[in-house]
Order: sequence, then C-alpha cells, then structure tokens
Amino acid sequence: MYSVNYHRASSLADAAKLAKTGDAKFLSGGMTLIPAMKTRLAAPSDLVDLGHIAELKGVKVSGKSVVIAAGTTHYEVANDEKLKKVCPAITELAGMIGDPAVRYRGTIGGSIANNDPAADYPSALLALDAVVVTNKRQIAADKFFKGLFETALKDGEIVTAVAFTAPAKAAYQKFRNPASRYAIAGVFVAKGKEGVRVAVTGAGDDGVFRAKQLEAALTKKFDASALDGVTVSSDNLMSDIHASAEYRANLVLVMARRAVTAANARS
Amino acid sequence: MSEVSLVVNGRRVSGVAEDRTLLVHFLREHLGLTGTHVGCDTSQCGACVVHVDGKAVKSCTMLAAQASGSTVVTIEGLADGADLHPVQAAFREHHGLQCGFCTPGMIMASVDIINRHPEGLDEATVRAELEGNICRCTGYHNIVKAVLAASKTMAKGKSKAASRAKKAA
Repeated sequence: MYSVNYHRASSLADAAKLAKTGDAKFLSGGMTLIPAMKTRLAAPSDLVDLGHIAELKGVKVSGKSVVIAAGTTHYEVANDEKLKKVCPAITELAGMIGDPAVRYRGTIGGSIANNDPAADYPSALLALDAVVVTNKRQIAADKFFKGLFETALKDGEIVTAVAFTAPAKAAYQKFRNPASRYAIAGVFVAKGKEGVRVAVTGAGDDGVFRAKQLEAALTKKFDASALDGVTVSSDNLMSDIHASAEYRANLVLVMARRAVTAANARS
Repeated sequence: MSEVSLVVNGRRVSGVAEDRTLLVHFLREHLGLTGTHVGCDTSQCGACVVHVDGKAVKSCTMLAAQASGSTVVTIEGLADGADLHPVQAAFREHHGLQCGFCTPGMIMASVDIINRHPEGLDEATVRAELEGNICRCTGYHNIVKAVLAASKTMAKGKSKAASRAKKAA
C-alpha cells in the first residue's frame, strides 16, 4: 500500500470538510477500498473514515417505509428483525454478501458508492426503486448507477442513507463464482405497487441493469411459469474466463425463476 | 503517523504507526503478537481473523488507525492461563489442524460462530459460516467436527454455570 493520511471524521459536516484535503477518498467498511489500496489499484492521498459517525448508523422501519443509514453493516441489515418482517429479500441478500467477517465490516453505503459490477446491493436498490440519500440531495436508483464502478455521486458527496418502500413480494438469488463467491449472475425480483421490477447484477457488461423483458413477462403473471419460453439476450452481457455472455444470459433466467419462486413461497 | 491505542487481550497498549499500517501488522510487528497470521493478504483466507469489539474481522483488511479505541482479542488472548479455550481444546482433540497455519483464524472465527448461534450448530451451518476461512491442507472435515464439539461443550458450560447461579441465588 502506498502511503496515505488517515482522518477520522466525527460528523458528516466534518467528513465533507476533510474530503477537501488532497486526493481524498471516503472509507466506510473498507472491504473493497483497502484491498484495492493494498494491490495499488487505488492510491488516494487521504482517507476520510466515516466509520465513527453516529448519524450514519441504523435501520428505520415504519409501516412499509424503510430507511437504512449508509454506515449500516451487512451483518446489521441481515439481522434486523423489523426489516426481516417487511422485506426479507434484502436481509437475505445482506446475509449472502462475502463471508461473516466481511459482513461485520462492509456497509450498504460503501457497497453502492463503489458500485462493483458484481456487488449484490445495487440490484436490490434498482429493483426496489430505492432512493439514495446523500449529504446534498436524493437520487433515484435508476439514475444513481452509471456503469462499472461509476455512480452519480459528485466529488465530496457522501451517501447517507438508502430509502425504499417494502414491496409486496421480493427475493434475491445469485449464482456465485466458486472461487471469489461474487455473483456471476444475481437477480433481484420485486413486485410492488408500481409493478414488477427485475434487476440483474454480476452479468452486465456495464454494471447492474433492469431486465425489461423479464419485467414484462412477470407483470402479466408473477410466477416462474411466466418465464417459460422467454429468452434473455446475451447482448451487453459480460464475457470472461468464468462465464461467456451466453452462459450468463441463461443464468439470469434461471436466477430470475428461482427468485420468483422464492418470493411466492413466503407466506 | 497515527497514535494507535487499543486494549489487546485485556492489556491497554498504544503505539505510533504509519497511517497505512494494517491492524495485523500492528499486532504482529508492534506488539509481537505473531499468533495472528497473514495468509493470502487479499481478504479471502481468514488466517488473520481477530475479534475487534467482539466481532470476528479480517485484521489484514483494517487499518490499525481505524481500530484505534477498540478492544481486540487475538488467539493469544483466548486461553485462561494453562487452560485452553474450549474451541482450542476441541481443535486439539479432533485433530482440527494439520500444518496449523490457518488455525488461529479458524479458531477466532469459530468462537464468533458459536457465540452467534447459542441455539446450537449443525454441520451445514458450520461449513457455511466458515466460508471466509481457507485451510490449504483441506482439513475441513476435522475442523467442522471440532467446532461442533466445542459448541456442545460451551453450551454445557453455560447451562452448568446457569444452574450454579440458580443454586447460589
């Protein structure tokens, strides 16, 4: 790791001020940023640690409305009893990220700000039609994710929370890379008031995306059988040593079927 | 440079370290606690797992400066004098180690797993929970056996302590 200056922010305002130092980066759980710095893929001059800011912690559920503060860890999301009741799909997703040690440190805000093309949370936010709240504004998930590791965040802007309305039915299924355990294809399916939304992670050539043809089929009938005969195009899907675009296209369909079945299986 | 203050294995320690110093290097090089190992150095193998404020984390993926102010328990802090911790004893009893390199991390992760599952453990849960710990000797079978056995011993220990407390009351 190259040399870096560490700053511990005591509040959001403090963090925003500290971010103006040199070529600073925000540090949340550090589960991606620190490994990236160790391999010298990232080399910020300064780190602004958001890990000790009280206003970035916690999950609030009132009725169907959910607000997850950005510094909430995957472990905390996975084990939040109120959230489990209104949106088990997202607590299950959180429990599938990385491994237990990673879930203790990694945060929802860090995950979406990083926008790894194989990260789990971006698919949930997109399918849940969530709003990303920052220290400056609110951004719809549809406008937040901008491709590989790219988001709508401006320099110095800090994700403070994620807000969404719990859908009537939802589930997430992913096919893991056997070595890295990242999604080769992950599909989040949600049936809400506004209809069915299906978001895919791990497979897109340009990061997370909505599978509109699957949404159309599932809007007619929210059942795995509605996907019989539907095909997913391999255009714009990723091809790498782990899986070809065609293989991923098929996996997307299989994961979508499993997710719909899982969503319908909840009583 | 950062001033790093920690409570490690019950002892208050502090030192000055470069900001880029990882917690694992602070433990090993500044404090001489070499029981915690660096395996892959890419956050995958879990040989470096220690407890920070009661949670099992990978100390190769946390800066010492981030941990400053926390309470840390390493493999050296588990045994009670000459008495091994029940998880350590179970690893010995069930031959849960071969070369031993992954063992400190395995044991620290296992203690955390057992603490999180007071209802008891089954084999599938142990295997899933050990996702982040890799044994290059591939000795998983006996590691899983050891964790299951330790979980039972610790549950018994707890119920004994509870009944003692009840009698005392």
